[in-house]
Amino acid sequence: MFEQVKKNKALAIIGGLILTAVVAAPVMAQRDPAYEAARSSGKIGEKPDGYLGYVTAPSPAIKALVEDINIKRKAAYTRKAQETNSTVEQFAFTSGCNLIMRTAPGEKYQTPAGTWNTRDASDPVRDSRCLN
Amino acid sequence: MMLYQTSQLTDRPYGAIRRNMRSLTTTGLILGAAIGLSACVQVSAPDKPIVINLNINIKQEVVYRLDGDAKDLINKEADIF
Repeated sequence: MFEQVKKNKALAIIGGLILTAVVAAPVMAQRDPAYEAARSSGKIGEKPDGYLGYVTAPSPAIKALVEDINIKRKAAYTRKAQETNSTVEQFAFTSGCNLIMRTAPGEKYQTPAGTWNTRDASDPVRDSRCLN
Repeated sequence: MMLYQTSQLTDRPYGAIRRNMRSLTTTGLILGAAIGLSACVQVSAPDKPIVINLNINIKQEVVYRLDGDAKDLINKEADIF
């Protein structure tokens, strides 16, 4: 009887570990905590050109983080631009439209006029060429 | 000495006064038109260089065509967006 319980417990733990691994796998592709923190604190924001920008003067750590992400973004835009037979700027701009739309309330985004706005419940101020 | 009516302050014939007035009116009109025209034509040169925004290579139709692919990329590579 006791053996049975012990066995079940072991199985439950293994099952739990497997479940955690399955659930955690997509989370691995999520944002770095430092990046997430810089976004939500309003230190950095989304620009209309599809890249990240500094809202306030960046610390060396944030500067490195943003530069790294922007390089990766440019690589991704370049690859997709080739696939879709468009220019990097065109693909980056279209992505920027979507990225500004996806900002969470409290995060910063840059308007076409160049000012930094804080996203609220209403639609963000975007370029007239952006879709919904 | 001639006696004038109170309303008549000059001995010039009435027609002469009318002609004078008419010529004055015509001169005024021509002058006014000239001033008006010259005001319309006046163009001041800009003190800054004329900047033509060539950001027209991204058209609405391009955004429309690429929107799906952009959304796809943002979802797939969520760590950099």
